[in-house]
Amino acid sequence: MNMKNEAGSTDLPAPVREDSDLVQVLDAEGNVLPQASVPDISDRQLLEMYETIKLARHFDQRAISFQRQGRLATYAPMTGQEGSQVATSLALAEQDWLFPTYREHAAKYAHGMDLVSLFEPLRGYRDGYAIPDDVNVMPEYIPIATQVPQAMGMAWGHKLQGKTETAVLCHLGDGATSEGDFHEGLNFAGVFDVPAVFVCNNNQWAISVPRERQTASETIAEKAQAYGIDGVRVDGLDPLAVYKVASEALAKARNPGPGERRPTLIESVQYRFGAHTTADDPSVYRDESEEEAWRDRDPVDRIEKYLYNEGILDSDLESEIQDSIEQEVSEAIETAEQTEVSPDNIVEHVYEDVPARLEEQRDELNRLREKYDDGAFSEVLE
Amino acid sequence: MSSTASAQTGQKAQSLTLVEAIQDGLYTEMSQDDSVVVLGEDVGKNGGVFRATDQLYEEFGEDRVIDTPLAEAGIIGASIGLAQTGMKPVPEMQFMGFMYPAFDQIVSHAARLRSRSQGQYSVPMVIRAPYGGGIRAPEHHSESKEAFFVHEPGLKVVSPSTPYDAKGLLAASIRDPDPVIFLEPKLIYRAFREDVPTKPYQVSLNEAAIRREGSDISVYTWGAMTRPALIAAENLSQSHGIDVEVIDLRTLSPLDIETITDSFKKTGRAAIVHEAPKTGGLGAEIATTIQEEALVHQEAPIRRIAGFDAPMPLHSLEDYYLPQAVRIQDGIRETVDF
Repeated sequence: MNMKNEAGSTDLPAPVREDSDLVQVLDAEGNVLPQASVPDISDRQLLEMYETIKLARHFDQRAISFQRQGRLATYAPMTGQEGSQVATSLALAEQDWLFPTYREHAAKYAHGMDLVSLFEPLRGYRDGYAIPDDVNVMPEYIPIATQVPQAMGMAWGHKLQGKTETAVLCHLGDGATSEGDFHEGLNFAGVFDVPAVFVCNNNQWAISVPRERQTASETIAEKAQAYGIDGVRVDGLDPLAVYKVASEALAKARNPGPGERRPTLIESVQYRFGAHTTADDPSVYRDESEEEAWRDRDPVDRIEKYLYNEGILDSDLESEIQDSIEQEVSEAIETAEQTEVSPDNIVEHVYEDVPARLEEQRDELNRLREKYDDGAFSEVLE
Repeated sequence: MSSTASAQTGQKAQSLTLVEAIQDGLYTEMSQDDSVVVLGEDVGKNGGVFRATDQLYEEFGEDRVIDTPLAEAGIIGASIGLAQTGMKPVPEMQFMGFMYPAFDQIVSHAARLRSRSQGQYSVPMVIRAPYGGGIRAPEHHSESKEAFFVHEPGLKVVSPSTPYDAKGLLAASIRDPDPVIFLEPKLIYRAFREDVPTKPYQVSLNEAAIRREGSDISVYTWGAMTRPALIAAENLSQSHGIDVEVIDLRTLSPLDIETITDSFKKTGRAAIVHEAPKTGGLGAEIATTIQEEALVHQEAPIRRIAGFDAPMPLHSLEDYYLPQAVRIQDGIRETVDF
């Protein structure tokens, strides 16, 4: 199946259909496509993008492995989606806000969260959701699509207060486009013309349900038309294309041209190489050969080859980067494994002040812990 | 073993886990009644994220085991519509914590179409949802919000605690003319096996089960908390000679008030065990009902052993949040020693 892009013709695997509007910069080999415009990005920024994508890939592989070792609970892999996540976050200005879902580990990291905080919720600690004041990221959204109207609301709040230099970038999946909150959020975004960019990470699968069964629309980007906002389709395995599209959308969110609306819906066309989560087994519902065609377009390989081609990266630098990444991830898991929390935390932060009835419940728990010791609480409930 | 296989080998019973008994119950009812359809997220090819609908897609096809778009309000609203055509939808909500988008459809419509239309229309539908904590799941995957639905007139609320009951209560729910919220304790989905008849059978709704007879105190519970309540009862019998009666409510709405009060009249003491937050939980309803019906028999304050009035914590603290046998034992002793 052939597929055209802004610069000419290239192959994209099924189920992506022929689409002349798909934005691409790099071909599968990391070469700049004829007539494609490379985004305005310095060598230093390119290296940062590469390093972050590489780190994301390593984090992802290690997290899957840590989960199998029992060191993490259920993890949602992002294999193949790192490039789009990193590129969208690097397109953000520091003051911009990020609304991630449970799969956007790399997007969060690339917008300022540290790796330890990514591991903590996976180890059962909410500390990782206590995002520092200088990092503009909301705690990850797990109920599907619920972030969409909230991201719109934050962008609206900024606009009402005259702060349209701050944009909001909201991630969602292809499955989320079926939820009512998706419609309501985008409809509000159009009506109130807010500085927000919605990135639909169309990885073709919502657990076991393929994109074709999620919507009868030809593309997800075309849904934007119904809300009176722009919809853009981009090759989500092409970090440079994603960076270019996200940067343009963010610029328009801040300063729309005459007749332009601020919001954009970006459909970042990707593939979920791995399982939905470590609790999922895709072999039950999809043909494993499907991913092969997508593997050829792996974002890590493409950005790496591009940097080699451009002379920005060589093998010495690559191995130096790899060593530093491995060290950073292993230090982060070790730190996260030292996190401890008192059971008192159950009653903390439910309200600004702990109500009397919760203080009583906490005291009762502590009385029992003293009387029977903590081991008695970890007896298997079954 | 799949139901299909057992049907072929002509066995009278199979040793099943609770989740297998759910699957078997769906299989049995779908085999009996062509109007029964299963729909939801990942229920088809994937067989459900907990395998509760395993093999049903292969057995009954895509028009009766339907993978829907990811939209809970859509699934329930569509099910209400399907039910108007004589079909009996059994929608699955993947986790109880993800039911809320469907709340409007459930409480504004499913629960009251019968009363709004003065009996002209009804919604024979069973909404299945795994609920409860203890499996180290991510945030929003461990909720116990049965009280939301018990509070809504027009809904029945059911929660099995054994494989046998799971199949029988599910059959009774599917055959019931009114909407049933069928809450499956996922902590014990695979905790133990029990012989489950292959033939169709029903376990009556509105009938609590006395799981253990006793004379000193009545412990009321349901779902996954039934087992720690029984463990606590056994421990206390051996260690302190306390004779605990354990009542598994099975149907949370409407409550089997007769079994609840008869037990209390015998023991004069009560403890209620639930995972849900204490305040506004079903324990309050049971305690008040006992006082209305059997106050003169009361010998000690009625105790609630429940979750905290706080959001379910992430898994590092869930063992402290859920009522463990140790908390149940302590609560029973304090009540008996009052």
